[in-house]
Amino acid sequence: MLIKKPSDIRSSEITPESVYRRRRELLKAMLAGGALMAAGPARALERYELPDEAKRYPGPEWLQEKLRAASKGEVIEGEDLTPYRHVTGHNNFYEFGLAKEDPKAKAQGLKTDPWKVEVSGECSKPGSYNLEDLLKPHELEERIYRLRCVEAWSMVIPWVGVPLNKLISRLEPTGNAKFVEFTTLHDPSQMPGQKSFFSTLNWPYSEGLRMDEAMHPLTLMAVGVYGDALPPQNGAPFRLVVPWKYGFKSIKSIVSIRFTEQMPRATWNETAPSEYGFYANVNPQVDHPRWSQATERRLPSSLFNPNQIDTRMFNGYADQVAHLYQGMDLRKWY
Amino acid sequence: MVLSIAELHRSKVGRRSFWWLLFLLPLLPLAYIAEAAYSLDLGADPAQTIVTFFGIWTLRFLFLTLAVTPCRRLFGWGWLQRYRRMFGLYTLFYACLHLLSFATFILGWRADLIARELSERPYIIVGFIAWLGLVALGITSTRGWVRRLGRHWQQLHYLVYPIALLAMLHFAWLIRAGFGEVLGYALVLLVLLGHRVVYWLKRRSRVQHA
Repeated sequence: MLIKKPSDIRSSEITPESVYRRRRELLKAMLAGGALMAAGPARALERYELPDEAKRYPGPEWLQEKLRAASKGEVIEGEDLTPYRHVTGHNNFYEFGLAKEDPKAKAQGLKTDPWKVEVSGECSKPGSYNLEDLLKPHELEERIYRLRCVEAWSMVIPWVGVPLNKLISRLEPTGNAKFVEFTTLHDPSQMPGQKSFFSTLNWPYSEGLRMDEAMHPLTLMAVGVYGDALPPQNGAPFRLVVPWKYGFKSIKSIVSIRFTEQMPRATWNETAPSEYGFYANVNPQVDHPRWSQATERRLPSSLFNPNQIDTRMFNGYADQVAHLYQGMDLRKWY
Repeated sequence: MVLSIAELHRSKVGRRSFWWLLFLLPLLPLAYIAEAAYSLDLGADPAQTIVTFFGIWTLRFLFLTLAVTPCRRLFGWGWLQRYRRMFGLYTLFYACLHLLSFATFILGWRADLIARELSERPYIIVGFIAWLGLVALGITSTRGWVRRLGRHWQQLHYLVYPIALLAMLHFAWLIRAGFGEVLGYALVLLVLLGHRVVYWLKRRSRVQHA
């Protein structure tokens, strides 16, 4: 006989039968309540209009509920959102292949619910958490951020998530915690790119932040995009978004968060240390050894307008984050 | 099939029609990408898509040109020889499109960006040198230049080997994390150049033994 340990039972599985049987009515009632709340001070996240052919990712029920209660993010003045089909159809996620179309083509089978996140290292609340439980006390909010890829293209994306500092505070890091290390799922049966013989990356993918970077209010743990759940190709169900750093720092499909005293390993930094630093702050003055970082193509570009724009220091977030790096030589600590 | 192509070349009509066939076929990639661009089917980053597309086809036509001599020697396809110049000129054609689309769609003809790319990026410099080499070979590919240069013509056109190596280096330098595709192209080039080395070594030993 299989007896589940209490920590294995998700709280959503413990629904009283009477409530479960009336779930549709209750959902409707909650929806109506949500609509009323929209009139309140925090603007509720309305459903984005998407073309009919766009594939939506509603996510598991518990997440749908949280998404409906999410608050709306501020629009970035003068910058349009990158269309949904490009946000979800043009990305680097080397676990699913090297081409920009590979993640969308090959990630659809990724099982993203239930999802476990292992919390370990220098903190007083280590353990194996269900994502649902990890997020439970937190409200979701939309954050519209620029995303600048190290390959010199960029997008503007409406993420939905929880500020990382709120999560970290709950996990109670000790005084020894100087860095946070994140690790992506390693499962070659679901992630064909991890089987590739020609890849120079070491799996699992891992990334890290200094504690003050992780605690910065801009740093987000995203679970959604465009008002819905994250599609698997965008790093479902749980990913980091650090808008002032090159995209590869924003690690996807996270299964482990570890608080460390030493600077953790970071996959790209380990693969090509002269090209990708641990910090990887967006910086137009420090070029990648093989290409310029002074400008970027804001996608979607068209042939008549390449949309080549100047890259901004810290991706335009210098006012908020420059103080984190005061006195550091950013040519050395790229 | 091979026999029939050789036979085809015995008649003037056959030669003419085959020439047209091989003249029009290499335009298919251009037609394909033009159609995709027209129907806005190039994805989020059409600039990058187009530049990469022309770059890959430059390399493919370069390899096709380099395959003429081995094919003639190994399979006796003498008729292929008369199309070598056309393949070479198509290599130059796609190299020009590659460079033009890079300058237009990626750099937007911004002088500061062009100057920086050409002075600071090793892979751009290497690619540009290879392109200059192709231009030199293209200009001197006419009958007039063959006559004028005499035996120097062949010496000049041996430049195609360093050009191929530079083009390969230009391609390999762009790798971020996967070297499978580049490795495939490098192996083809290795076969094409290796054949020449083997042929040259064999001929040298024959001459010495004679």
